[in-house]
Amino acid sequence: MSTNRDIAILGVGMHPWGKWGKNFVEYGVKAARDALADSGVNWRDIQFVSGAATIRNGYPGQVAGATFAQALGWQGAQVNTSYAACASGSQALAAARSKILSGECEVALVIGSDTTPKGFLKPQPGDRPDDPDWVRFRLGITNPTYFALYARRRIEMYGDTLEDFAQVKIKNAQHGLSNVNARYRKVFNAADVAASPMVADPLRLMDICATSDGAAAIIVSSVEYARKIGKAKAPRIAAISTVTPTFASALVEMPDIATDSAVAVPAQSFRAALPRKAYEEAGIGPADVSVAEVYDLSTALELDWIEDLQLCARGDAARLLREGATRVGGRLPVNPSGGLACFGEAVPAQALAQVCELTWQLRGQAGERQVANAKVGITANQGLFGHGSSVIVKA
Amino acid sequence: MSAVLNEQAAPVPVLEGWFTLDQQRPHLLGTRCTACGTYYFPKLKGYCRNPDCNGESFEEVPLSRSGKLWSFTNASYQPPEPYVQVDKDAFVPFAIAAVELEKEKMIVLGQVVAGTGVESLRAGLTMELVLEPLADGKLTWKWKPVA
Ligand SMILES: [Zn+2]
Repeated sequence: MSTNRDIAILGVGMHPWGKWGKNFVEYGVKAARDALADSGVNWRDIQFVSGAATIRNGYPGQVAGATFAQALGWQGAQVNTSYAACASGSQALAAARSKILSGECEVALVIGSDTTPKGFLKPQPGDRPDDPDWVRFRLGITNPTYFALYARRRIEMYGDTLEDFAQVKIKNAQHGLSNVNARYRKVFNAADVAASPMVADPLRLMDICATSDGAAAIIVSSVEYARKIGKAKAPRIAAISTVTPTFASALVEMPDIATDSAVAVPAQSFRAALPRKAYEEAGIGPADVSVAEVYDLSTALELDWIEDLQLCARGDAARLLREGATRVGGRLPVNPSGGLACFGEAVPAQALAQVCELTWQLRGQAGERQVANAKVGITANQGLFGHGSSVIVKA
Repeated sequence: MSAVLNEQAAPVPVLEGWFTLDQQRPHLLGTRCTACGTYYFPKLKGYCRNPDCNGESFEEVPLSRSGKLWSFTNASYQPPEPYVQVDKDAFVPFAIAAVELEKEKMIVLGQVVAGTGVESLRAGLTMELVLEPLADGKLTWKWKPVA
């Protein structure tokens, strides 16, 4: 059943992550042109442009799909824009898949790009007690607070250590070293991480990801179209999960001050629900996974994701890390791209960047960070407002 | 501390109606769906968010004033505004607690009382609600380990 729901990945492209000080459109066009060249598809033949919305550059209403269609040269394609916080790219991908599977189009460009805001993100001025973001900052609760609470919970429940978290950083830094699209390409050792200032105990500055400029683009098509242009063996997208949380929330999620109350219905983990739906859709299980790209907003969060993806039992992720299983060369590499630790988050581009990495891995084109014999890859990410995604790519 | 507070005419809460101003035994104030019993903090009115409940009627309820420490962290750097700013050198890091309320089956965040750092916290500790002023003198709720 799952095979005829697949779509093909014909081409991928990225603009390197960094802080380049340019407009997000420039990054996006570079990524799109690279993806088009990689696919061998002519821009004029693209029938649908699916953009992930960029909202942080002073144009809240910016329509990403149309913006890129114009920048690449209007050619009459259909257009759409998706906003889903960190999962915006996956939703844009899902929109393209729907068009393709319904027969409305054969080949589409999916694109996301971002420019980091200047300075710190902070809430609008004025007294706004109805705005959860205003409330939590008023009380002294910042973004790192949430990641630190999850990290400390691991220490208390499973015996994870600060050294484990440091090892995630060291591993991902090693992975990203040879990745030309990564922003931070530098080797770190345990002493470097230990010297990094504590931000929100137990997380240090080096445990928390930055924000970056960057863009990612993907050309997807029907399996028939791929066959027609001689790319029958292109990697396939087997699942795109973008489910919402289920009430009641098990974790305090940013920007909330409390969880839901679970007196009437049981508490549910949102993170765990995302890959569960993806596995179901793809008709495969965690044992089939050869590589994963997960949203390491913090080092400790990578360990949470490994368990949410069911790649090991709850509480066992640090053991996997210590065994070396999660590094390239290990039996289950996680974040071979270097992850957010090496990229920094470029919100609308990030979920697509994860799929780009899996595509290179499955094609065997990942160079020094190549995962041997990669056949099935899975992504996972979660953002604000009940948005998240998990995508499965298979060879 | 409480002597100083008592001298002030009327304590002003950082958030109006979010908690009682009883200095000895303060409570957070939530609402409860009269149909399914689900608690809400901050208060919810209008429509219950339990997907199986069509409740539209809510009663205001004081939440349990103690619970078990679920997790904790601290703010090593001064949070940005609207957190009340003090001179950089005068900023004292504070701990933050996530406390699980048994009856309400929910986890509520809050600062930990001044003088208690992360080194003296452990998951499972019983924490109780107290009131303490922020730098502008407005009262907020904080969590305090029960000795
Ligand atoms: Zn209800």
